[in-house]
Amino acid sequence: MKIIVCIKQVPETGNVKIDPQTHTLIRSGVPSIINPLDTYAIEEALRWKEKLGASTLVLSMGPPQAEEALREAVSMGIDQALLLTDRRFAGADTYATAYTLSLAIRKLAPYDLIFCGKQAIDGDTAQVGPALAEHLGIPHIAYVKKIEDIDLQKATVRAHRLMEDGYEILDSRLPALLTVVKEINEPRFPSLKGKMRAKKLEIPIWGADDLGGEVANFGLSGSPTQVKGIFAPPARGKGEILTGEAPLIAQTLIERLKAQKII
Amino acid sequence: MDYFLTEEQIMIRDLARKIAQEKILPVRAELDEREEFPWPIIQCLAEADLFGVYLPEEYGGCGGGCFELCLAVEELSRVCGGVAVSYAASALGAFPILLFGNAQQKERYLPEIAQGKKLAAFALTEANAGSDAGGIQTTARLEGDEYVLNGTKQWITNGGEAHIYTVIAMTDRSKGSRGASAFIVEKGTPGFSFGKKEKKMGIRSSATRELVFTDCRIPKENLLAKEGMGFMVAMKTLDNSRPGIGAQAVGIAQGALDEALDYARERVQFGKPISSFQAIQHMMADMATQIEAARALTYAAARYIDSGAKDVSKVSAMAKVFASDVAMNVTTQAVQILGGYGYMREYPVEKMMRDAKITQIYEGTNQIQRNVIALSLIKERAQKR
Amino acid sequence: MGRIIIHQDRCSGCGECVSTCPFGAISLVSNRAQVNEQCVLCQACLSVCPTEAISLEEKKKDQPLVNGFSYEGVWVFGEQRQGIISEVVYELMGEGRRLADKLGTHLWVIVLGSGLQSEAEHLLHYGADRVCLVDHPDLADFHDESYTRVVSYLIEKYRPEIVLSGATAIGRSFIPRVAVRLKAGLTADCTALDVDLDQRLLLQTRPAFGGNIMATIITPVHRPQMATVRPKVMKKAAYSPLPKGRVQIETVPEDLIVPQTRIVSLVKDLTERVNLADADIIVAGGRGVGGAENFKLLYDLANVLGAAVGASRAAVDAGWIPYSHQVGQTGKTVCPKLYIACGISGAIQHLVGMQSSETIVAINKDSQAPIFSVADYGLVGNLFEIIPSLTKKLQEERLKF
Repeated sequence: MKIIVCIKQVPETGNVKIDPQTHTLIRSGVPSIINPLDTYAIEEALRWKEKLGASTLVLSMGPPQAEEALREAVSMGIDQALLLTDRRFAGADTYATAYTLSLAIRKLAPYDLIFCGKQAIDGDTAQVGPALAEHLGIPHIAYVKKIEDIDLQKATVRAHRLMEDGYEILDSRLPALLTVVKEINEPRFPSLKGKMRAKKLEIPIWGADDLGGEVANFGLSGSPTQVKGIFAPPARGKGEILTGEAPLIAQTLIERLKAQKII
Repeated sequence: MDYFLTEEQIMIRDLARKIAQEKILPVRAELDEREEFPWPIIQCLAEADLFGVYLPEEYGGCGGGCFELCLAVEELSRVCGGVAVSYAASALGAFPILLFGNAQQKERYLPEIAQGKKLAAFALTEANAGSDAGGIQTTARLEGDEYVLNGTKQWITNGGEAHIYTVIAMTDRSKGSRGASAFIVEKGTPGFSFGKKEKKMGIRSSATRELVFTDCRIPKENLLAKEGMGFMVAMKTLDNSRPGIGAQAVGIAQGALDEALDYARERVQFGKPISSFQAIQHMMADMATQIEAARALTYAAARYIDSGAKDVSKVSAMAKVFASDVAMNVTTQAVQILGGYGYMREYPVEKMMRDAKITQIYEGTNQIQRNVIALSLIKERAQKR
Repeated sequence: MGRIIIHQDRCSGCGECVSTCPFGAISLVSNRAQVNEQCVLCQACLSVCPTEAISLEEKKKDQPLVNGFSYEGVWVFGEQRQGIISEVVYELMGEGRRLADKLGTHLWVIVLGSGLQSEAEHLLHYGADRVCLVDHPDLADFHDESYTRVVSYLIEKYRPEIVLSGATAIGRSFIPRVAVRLKAGLTADCTALDVDLDQRLLLQTRPAFGGNIMATIITPVHRPQMATVRPKVMKKAAYSPLPKGRVQIETVPEDLIVPQTRIVSLVKDLTERVNLADADIIVAGGRGVGGAENFKLLYDLANVLGAAVGASRAAVDAGWIPYSHQVGQTGKTVCPKLYIACGISGAIQHLVGMQSSETIVAINKDSQAPIFSVADYGLVGNLFEIIPSLTKKLQEERLKF
């Protein structure tokens, strides 16, 4: 069995600070990490590797420093890594990203499963996984919270897909792409030996010329959508601070909420 | 301060820090409150290969030494001294095998210890044999191919949780300290049972129990080194492990200073953060200075041991005694800086103060350490004359 | 395609633009700013340059659409589950109607399912000019691939300029496939929509970087312009007793409908379900709650208010309450009428999940906690005293009536 895990390197937005004057992000000193939801995809690949035996490969498109994220995945136990980096890939929206990844994956075929995190914490679109499946012409299951079984003989996977009011258990043929949510597992920490292996591992780098495909479909020029502008989220008005004895401020709050017909 | 760590040492430190922050920090108060042994965290440290940092690669370790162990212990202690000692005590139990075991013993026990599949523990102390190890009453009698152990060991860290125990027992009481020997005893051996779990002041997530031997028969292959070398095994083991206590103390102290600094910057009195008051500033400056000195001494001692030096007792004792006194002092000051909040269990510094106290007591009280240091001084001077 | 130009003669090398750029796309090279390939033309740098050395080289106007066809109309995907049209569809119809009126065009709703004639007719009461119904037994349940093919087929047949769908489990799963199939532009999880009448462009606003900034996205030359929209953000369309549109039954080639996945069973997970998304009032607890048993105080308050209980990541990570209660970046996004944050400091990842709540009350002992900056009412004090007081007083009030 061959499992491909797609990951993205993102700024750790939990630490992002906003410039109070310009309302823009202060990027300096913000560490880059593996998109947290992708670590669940890595963990799930490792668990099935341990269960059924598989070769695992982690794939990322990004700037050259995204190599660090790939090494982190290898230090968790993934076997191989591949980085797609090229100035022509930059500025890609979800369409162009999925297109670029799909070209690489076609070259990596055959494969049985592709795992992605549900979404990345910087873009939050959750679009690349399904879009990649469409580019590859394979089925996908989004929001997977449990994989019940992988049957390599019948080439099927049975998974639980999270819905708003519960979940669906569904079967899909393989190869398939699954995007996973954080209920699925608890990602492991990297191991020291994994880190040492990751340090030494040679990670191939593919650019646009290695992938083939139409250059016009890469990066910013291959992206149907464009950012027209960014602005600060509307600030909330200054609230009222209540201090004092608990029963008194509780009473005051209830009166305020009632006056505004909130309760 | 930059201690010029190698790439691998940085990996160890960062990985231990990450696990401490993400796994231990959220549960440390609860573990302390419930006096619960941190198995899930032990599991996590095992998967991260941290149990093998000081063991040779041929036995599944990462090929480091005492210094690498100290780096991991310090980071874990910075968040929770209780979890850290459960980790460090496994190394204490493994040192006799590493230092004195024969090839078969090493091959049999070290890989599982390195992988963290099994915890180890070291059993020297008894009710009447604390600082005076000469008072050991546990006996080991050779009968055919087996040693028969009888007696009770007290306050054994990881007791009951560990699988592999290195136990000091008397094979010939008439010879006094030269009649002690060291043995490997596995959990589950008939005649080997555990007493109640002790209720402690600090490091409450760690397990401390009695080991009870009642006609416990072990194969004679489980003898470490030779009969009569038990004290030698114990002393060399402690020489190797004491910088680990130093590292634990440095970690606890650093954790307390971190808390005190955060608090002092946030706490406003008389219209200013208390960090702007010189009284607080001087306290924090002294705390930081002491911690850095303790760290430097601990690292130096660990590196000296790793260099293969023979005369390590003195410097190892110095690291332990100095760092543990610093930890007690710094954690007490941290509670003081946090004032009433510091005394409350809601804040972590009172726990750190409770955890710090044991570092002055176990693996040889600080008074005994000072004896060791003084005796070395006198001996060194005498030899030069 | 436009680009950012930095006029080197005017650039003072002050670095303002470097620190402002959210994409890290500007750097100083020999003391002059330079734009690299990370630039996405967001134009954040334009306004901060003190020497006005930065400008946008506009793309040529009236650039033809990529495939030369003309597109017209606003579509809403009429998501249904077990034969019931989802709530978000009515919200999208309200917004879709507004956009269609502004553009002077029609609003269609596309419904895929089985036996949905009357549901389809019902939709006409909410302002649809036409409800396009594909009724087939195999479309009763949602399947990514068949839904993708059918919706793509209809879009290619009728060529709407805008297609909206709810950013729901279903919408977020298959709409990206539709967009790839058609090479359309797709913007996820929009919180505001508008149109640029001049160029007939859909202006799609969405939070990025975990809600730290808002971005407006356009699809300049690809059609249709597709967007998924967060539930509970748009106003529901008003009911009109006299519908003016009609239901149109569509038949599509059978081979589009064959599903590739098979649903084994459907589990209504009521035990795990915490209906945070639908709750009007949420009482949420964080690290300050201090332990699993203390969440009882929050449940007591929630009970008198008829509220759901939420939690910050810290409380969930500590194991005090299951993940399904988590609000924030990695949990659920909520926008209740009233959000009561108890012992939550207000880390940005929590704030992004709840800051669009209508009214926010924060209870925290630390008067400097960031949560107070978004709170309409901030109660500084011990939550173990304040929450029981609130519960008690609300119970007393109730007895009075």
